[in-house]
Amino acid sequence: MARTHDPQQPRRFDLLVWSLLLVSHVAAGAVLLALFLVAVVLSVVWVGLPLLVTITRLVRVHADTHRRLVGRFLDDGRPVPSPYRPLPERGLSAQISAVVTDPTTWRDLSWLTVNSTAGAVLVAVPGALLAHGLHSAVFPLTWRWETNWYALGPVAGQGDANRALLTAALLLLAAWVLTPAALTGYARLNRIMLAPTEKARLAARVAHLATSRAETIDAQASEVRRIERDLHDGAQARLVALGMSLGMAEEMLDNDTDAARRMLSEAREATRQALTELRDLVRGIHPPVLVERGLDGAVRALAVTQHLPISVDIDLPGRPADPVESAAYFAVVEILTNAAKHAGAERAWVRINYGRGRMVVLVGDDGRGGADPAKGTGLRGIRRRLSAFDGTMNVVSPVGGPTIVTMELPCALSSPKTSLSSATD
Amino acid sequence: MRVVIAEDLALLRDGLIRLLQAHDCEVVAAVESGPELLAALLEHRPDVAVVDVRLPPTFTDEGLQAAIEARRQVPGLPILVLSQHVEQLYARELLSDDGGAVGYLLKDRVFDIGQFIDAVRRVAAGGTAMDPAVISQLLAKHDDGPLAALTPREREVLGEMAEGRSNSAIAGRLFITDKAVSKHINNIFTKLDLPPSTDDSRRVLAVLAYLNR
Repeated sequence: MARTHDPQQPRRFDLLVWSLLLVSHVAAGAVLLALFLVAVVLSVVWVGLPLLVTITRLVRVHADTHRRLVGRFLDDGRPVPSPYRPLPERGLSAQISAVVTDPTTWRDLSWLTVNSTAGAVLVAVPGALLAHGLHSAVFPLTWRWETNWYALGPVAGQGDANRALLTAALLLLAAWVLTPAALTGYARLNRIMLAPTEKARLAARVAHLATSRAETIDAQASEVRRIERDLHDGAQARLVALGMSLGMAEEMLDNDTDAARRMLSEAREATRQALTELRDLVRGIHPPVLVERGLDGAVRALAVTQHLPISVDIDLPGRPADPVESAAYFAVVEILTNAAKHAGAERAWVRINYGRGRMVVLVGDDGRGGADPAKGTGLRGIRRRLSAFDGTMNVVSPVGGPTIVTMELPCALSSPKTSLSSATD
Repeated sequence: MRVVIAEDLALLRDGLIRLLQAHDCEVVAAVESGPELLAALLEHRPDVAVVDVRLPPTFTDEGLQAAIEARRQVPGLPILVLSQHVEQLYARELLSDDGGAVGYLLKDRVFDIGQFIDAVRRVAAGGTAMDPAVISQLLAKHDDGPLAALTPREREVLGEMAEGRSNSAIAGRLFITDKAVSKHINNIFTKLDLPPSTDDSRRVLAVLAYLNR
């Protein structure tokens, strides 16, 4: 069971080569372990501390190589994830304290210890069994030159020597059977010792959540401020003007009907403008078409209003939660705007589908490419919005195009609302 | 003129009823949900229905769906759709059956009572009434294309026509003669390579179909 894609027939020759390679890796690990211990001892007189940092770096590289290597012998075939927090770029004392206080340093130490002993035995199994088996197999030919066979006593003649063939058969059979098991066992042992602990995983998760929460709160606060400002300077002011016009019209009604009529028509115009501003504001907060038609309809409605032709292909068996829909919609709006404004695209496409608990949104254009999320505030904003839902965004935009933005949002879909037409048919 | 009204907000519903009654309309039903609307449309077969897009119970586009479904069962049933926002997609869906007798306006347009009543009458008579917001978006979208060949005046006439106005109404609004309007329209149809037609509402539909491509 060494390989997932071919569990019936582990390719034993490959495994044997791997085991020999791993033996050398384990040996290197043992050297690192020794150096590490020397550094620890020398740390008592300070000179070991810089050495400790250097060796820790080497150990991490070594351990990461191992994480990748042993992954291929695991059931899922995937590398073991790496648990390290990055070391500070500069400042020896900061690096030293990072190395010493990071629990992974000490876990690596215990891994090196176990790997140099139990691990070494496991990876040596295939080679050792094979070597001894082959040795036994040729013993009937060579017994004259080495009279002691496995210290079991002097070999008297060819008959005694031929008995070594039985041992050879047993050893080679054992090599055949045990090689996959030994490597799988080695990989499992390494996974246990090398994978991030649940605690480390949770710590990383908490750090991510804290960051994304802070960003979300920031973004929402500035959004609320923007809405407040828009209402204050826009619709509210217009309603004040409207009230004034109506008041004046009321006063003039008896004396100057013409002026009163003018005031009333001004009032009507102020109302219309207030409505227009409110409508634009609402569209920026949560577009009504998103409420009425969901993401599918809203993206189609968006596509028909765009100058450049946009092909839309959406396959969603239900509707995601409102905030997810909204985040995905505004992301598509932003990317299509970029395509038209900056990329000089002639056509674009949007594809949305759902599987394995994730909604996948692809937006592409045939423009000149070169979009970089590190530079554009728009793309960065999308990434921030999506990260609040554990969503991810990946931008492929070589200079010269095309640009393809892939977004993934983990979400559940509600069952689609029964449409009126089918309900009453 | 017999009218069905669908609007869930009582304040607006009462306002519309009063407005229409003041202009020789008989409101045969005033409903507040999608299913009620469909039933009322099929039962009363009104001369025109004034319908809000968003209606209970789902508060999605129930009104629009009910209107489209009613027109599927009764082709050409005149419907004027009102909404707080306009979407080209909805306009396209309303126009897709090619039957005319549809309108799609922002609720704000009710302010100009004369024009609103005119739009209601036009739809009842089998014409169209498209919101200027929809038309200006459509025109802007096609600006780099064949529309670039139109003169500013022709573009104005095209906009007015796409909103659904008759030749004489366009003449009145642009302060030009009926004859001038006809000339502009002939030029527009030639430049856009559209088949000429003498029927006002057919012509409007042809223009809208062209812009909606």
